[in-house]
Amino acid sequence: MALLGDLWGEFWAVLTTLFAAAPYIIGYILIILLMMVIWNGVKRLLTPKHDYSSLKTVTFGDESAVTSNTVASVVSIVLIFVLWGAFTGSKLLPGFMHAPGPFQGEGSFEYTITTPAGDSDTATVSVVVHPTGEDVAAPEVAPGDGIAKNDAIAIPVYRSELLRVDSNDEMGRDEETFITAVDGQAIAPGGSVDVSFGRVAMSDKGTLNIIPATGMQMEPIWLPSPEAVWSRLGDIATVGYRNSTLAEHLGYSLFRVIVGFLLGALVGIPLGYAMGLSNWFRGWFDPIVEFMRPVPPLALIPLVIIWAGIGEVGKIILLFLAALWIMAIAARSGVSGVRISKVHAAYSLGASKWQIMRYVIIPNSLPEIFTGARVAMGVCWGTVVAAELVAAEKGAGMMIMVASKFQSTDIVLMGIILIGIIGFSIDMLMRQAEKWLVPWKGKG
Amino acid sequence: MSGLQIDKLSMRFDLPNGSSVQALKDVSLDLKAGELLSVLGPSGCGKTTLLNIVAGFLAPTAGTITLNGHKVTGPAAERGMVFQQGALFEWMSVRENVGFGPSMKGMPKAEKAKIVDHLLDVVGLQDFKEKAVYELSGGMQQRVALARCLANEPDVILMDEPLGALDALTREKMQGLVLKLWKETGKTIILITHSVEEALLLGERLIVMAPRPGRIHTEYRLPFAEMGVGQDLREVKKHPKFGETREEILGMIWDMEEEIMGRTEDA
Ligand SMILES: Nc1ncnc2c1ncn2[C@@H]1O[C@H](COP(=O)(O)OP(=O)(O)OP(=O)(O)O)[C@@H](O)[C@H]1O
Ligand SMILES: [Mg+2]
Repeated sequence: MALLGDLWGEFWAVLTTLFAAAPYIIGYILIILLMMVIWNGVKRLLTPKHDYSSLKTVTFGDESAVTSNTVASVVSIVLIFVLWGAFTGSKLLPGFMHAPGPFQGEGSFEYTITTPAGDSDTATVSVVVHPTGEDVAAPEVAPGDGIAKNDAIAIPVYRSELLRVDSNDEMGRDEETFITAVDGQAIAPGGSVDVSFGRVAMSDKGTLNIIPATGMQMEPIWLPSPEAVWSRLGDIATVGYRNSTLAEHLGYSLFRVIVGFLLGALVGIPLGYAMGLSNWFRGWFDPIVEFMRPVPPLALIPLVIIWAGIGEVGKIILLFLAALWIMAIAARSGVSGVRISKVHAAYSLGASKWQIMRYVIIPNSLPEIFTGARVAMGVCWGTVVAAELVAAEKGAGMMIMVASKFQSTDIVLMGIILIGIIGFSIDMLMRQAEKWLVPWKGKG
Repeated sequence: MSGLQIDKLSMRFDLPNGSSVQALKDVSLDLKAGELLSVLGPSGCGKTTLLNIVAGFLAPTAGTITLNGHKVTGPAAERGMVFQQGALFEWMSVRENVGFGPSMKGMPKAEKAKIVDHLLDVVGLQDFKEKAVYELSGGMQQRVALARCLANEPDVILMDEPLGALDALTREKMQGLVLKLWKETGKTIILITHSVEEALLLGERLIVMAPRPGRIHTEYRLPFAEMGVGQDLREVKKHPKFGETREEILGMIWDMEEEIMGRTEDA
């Protein structure tokens, strides 16, 4: 019962997060819809002629009439970068496209103290909000007259700072003199007052907390701007990260994937053939393969680390195992999928068993094997990154994991993008290879 | 002893649930070399089973097949088969498909090329030599299948509804081609078909099979195949005896189908 309660709490937290994100998501969808309306209008103006699908009277529900709209794809990609830039204050975008940024520069507010005797005095606090990482000193200000003295403070952007504004005053807490107003508005412990550059709050103990407005942009440590990620890419490609250049990190990851996959295919394909051709092999390996297939390779990482450590051998064993079952199953179904009439035809054309194998069964199974190889490469790529996240000396996954520990979000983002691009390229390459090498796929 | 002898052939399939199907019972036939036999019968009467046994893909539960004096025990190049569809190798070009049999025998390239070229001329596919088979129409694919079978110089050609998947017009052209090839090559041919007209047109001999158990019901000797060689097949169909025989056989198969329906309804 306690579990159910906990789960309900978690679920509620998820829901509230979703609700908080809803305005942004709806905004995004509205922008896309707006683009669609605009593009449809433009297209109607530009192309009065008809293509084949506009001759169809039934397009809704006709799957073949639906093709991926290139404009929509371009809009989709561009929009992601625009939104990214807008919410990070990217220099690549003109200023008016930026989401409201954090307050930067000089501001000030006044505070009023009241003595036990009922006298009050006002002093000014000058605030300078400066970019992160720059060393800016608080401006020099004259103390001014009266019992309350002027103060000054420098705050890095996105930060807030507690300031004992009364510490330099002639009468402070110890004299039962308290701050009673900010910019003329009454304030009490726990309360806050909006000021020109943001907000001033009062802690329970009576200290002022100066909170410059943060705007709607993301802080670079959460989400760096596109150009920051790009320039980090340059750094890491030339200088490197954690003793290895970018090429080394990615190269190691790819090396593991390729070697692991090749070994898996080298063992898995013959194994699959044997399972497809011999009862004994089928019986022998079916239980093993059927059990290992649903085990996610990621679940093997701890065992592989225990047995083989975190070096190359362990990684390659893991990827070998990830590819092995997929390739074995693909080869097995490639063999069992051969139409019996083709085998019969070959026999009655005088082919021997070996020739049937070479000229009928193997070519017939190649399309299945290629499909398996594509899946296996995808799984291997995912697995290697995950394995490197857990433990590695080099590699794309290790790079982003270490970077995340140091809050180097730019490296993390760059790594994720590169991992995505490589995964996508692997898939495209495999598809191309399939087109060249097994053009008869699906044509049987 | 030349020709093909089928002697008291029986075939029983034991089903996993313990029951069994008598697909063929005591089927006997004596085919002389160069005869063309067409086989008709209602669905499920064992035609395909018979052909598969002759081809050597199945071993009969009783009876023997003898070809040119030796017993048939398995598939071999002397008995070629043309399937209804889908038995071409889609990973090979038209040329490689037709040359498959000679390649398996290890025939020298030049000799093989000559045979392939000749056969592609015969079936009219010279222009499609280097095309992939899946780029051809259904009728063209069946011509490739025919050429592939002929390239291997079999003594007997077995055809299981080779024209079944074709449209009426293509089918008629193909029937003419089969007749022509039969006459030119003098092969022994067994042709299974569902079309009574096709069976009459092409078969020098014709058997009508009956189901449960599969057996030979009636046998005919027909003059139409001889008449049809080199002639418009539509003329042959106008022959009074053609129509007469067709009606007779249709009636016979109709009655068998009725009986099957009746029996299944009772059950
Ligand atoms: N491998 C098999 N296992 C069990 N029963 C079979 C098998 N092959 C055929 N049969 C049965 O044998 C009988 C004859 O089948 P067959 O395929 O020879 O018929 P057919 O005359 O070729 O029919 P059709 O004209 O529909 O092709 C059918 O009752 C069928 O169910
Ligand atoms: Mg059949």
